[in-house]
Amino acid sequence: MSESASTFAAVKGEDSQRDPVRLLVVQGEARPPVDATTEPMVMTVPHLLLRELITLLAASLALVLISLIFNAPLEEIANPEKTPNPAKAPWYFLGLQELLHYYPPVIAGVIIPTLVIFALIIVPYFDVNLKRKSLFEANSGRTMAYWWTAMILVSLLFLLSGKHPVWPIAGCVWAVALLASFGAAPKTWGALGRWSAKKSLAYWVFYWFLLTTTALTIIGTLFRGPGWSLTLPWRDGIY
Amino acid sequence: MRAVTQYARSLLARLTDNKVGRSMIRHGWAETNRNRSLVVFSNFFLHIHPVKVRLRAIAFSQTYYLGGLSAVTAILLTVTGLFLMFYYRPAVPQAYHDMKDLEFAVSAGIFIRNLHRWAAHAMVALVFLHMIRVFFAGAYRPPREFNWVIGVLLFVVTLLLSYTGYLLPWDQLAYWAVTVGTNMADATPVIGPKIKFLMLGGNALSENALLRFYVLHCILLPAVLYMLVAIHIWRIRKDGGILLPPASEHDYEKRSGKGYRFEAGRAVPDLEVKE
Repeated sequence: MSESASTFAAVKGEDSQRDPVRLLVVQGEARPPVDATTEPMVMTVPHLLLRELITLLAASLALVLISLIFNAPLEEIANPEKTPNPAKAPWYFLGLQELLHYYPPVIAGVIIPTLVIFALIIVPYFDVNLKRKSLFEANSGRTMAYWWTAMILVSLLFLLSGKHPVWPIAGCVWAVALLASFGAAPKTWGALGRWSAKKSLAYWVFYWFLLTTTALTIIGTLFRGPGWSLTLPWRDGIY
Repeated sequence: MRAVTQYARSLLARLTDNKVGRSMIRHGWAETNRNRSLVVFSNFFLHIHPVKVRLRAIAFSQTYYLGGLSAVTAILLTVTGLFLMFYYRPAVPQAYHDMKDLEFAVSAGIFIRNLHRWAAHAMVALVFLHMIRVFFAGAYRPPREFNWVIGVLLFVVTLLLSYTGYLLPWDQLAYWAVTVGTNMADATPVIGPKIKFLMLGGNALSENALLRFYVLHCILLPAVLYMLVAIHIWRIRKDGGILLPPASEHDYEKRSGKGYRFEAGRAVPDLEVKE
């Protein structure tokens, strides 16, 4: 029957009765993504693309305006004979340079940065508390004892291990220890307690990391002068 | 106004709807949802995105566009950096003299150099802020673990780009900032002096180091950066979009009330092959 026809035709195979195989099912409301949601969706073009273009233009405009007003610094030509005092790295490395004040270069410049990068990389594989249970959710009395013991030991480590006590880091440890502790009694501490009670251990470790990097960078940038001595920016200016 | 828009559209359509235009872009003007999805399917650059995104995911308040802003600074840095390369020789003392030329002789030279410098500072800050935002959203958790790792690598590459670029003006600021860094590398146990020698191409910071930093800054590190950024964005799509906090139906209604127009049509025919 099919030989004489000019186009193809669907024919039943000989084994169709013996081995019925369903080829496809046409459904009305199935969506390709893995996690089907009922969320409102929009087309990437134009909705996302337009936002990306606006971001590009807005950021470019802001940076162009800054560049029209402020000139990039250019000092005299490099001179290996003449060491400036202090010799400072760009601001994003001044946290590390501040650490050089307390620790020998091998710790401040090699071990600590390597550990930080390593810690950041293993964060997703190390986080056992995936649901982010808050720190003092279960058995808050015993957790509190563990928490403060650990925090005091960590801060002692930073106070005793360096050439000088590393106050910026130890101070951040205490600040975070205290902030977390409000969460043990949310009813007593009001809004602060309720905010704190929701946070998991991972949060507190990350808060400590942020607080420490910020503190070290600010001290290194604004409060250090010749010979890496402590200066006050409003009195002595910024070196 | 409407007439002008319509004229512009018909003009664009006439420009693209011909033999040459169709050979480059096979689908027509993106006025139907089919064509809008074909734009993403068939465009080499856009296929890094999904065809459709959740409305909440593209709201500014959800991400502050920090990742996008980091990418924008990277693009700005590439463009301005290319311009600077036309005027720069990685040699002593020419490098420094070229900076002076950019400042005083080249048209808009100082402006481009400023833009490159400030965009670089902005990029370091934006990449760090992006990392903080992603952490607090909990978006490093499965299935997005590996994209977080790529993100950390991108942060490291950003810092390396900043560090290598810092030496290039060859002024006092550059020379001594980089000296601080190489002395740190020198302190690595056992292999420290070797690393320092490899970085500097010698025992002291000299012209050799300038050339090495220049090549790393202009070729190797940008290539690595672009490759990782491409994987980073593509994986967002593969991991089911950015992580959003769970929201109630009420939220959708509230947000969709802001004058958004939902396309009623579907992007792809709804076929699902089973068995």
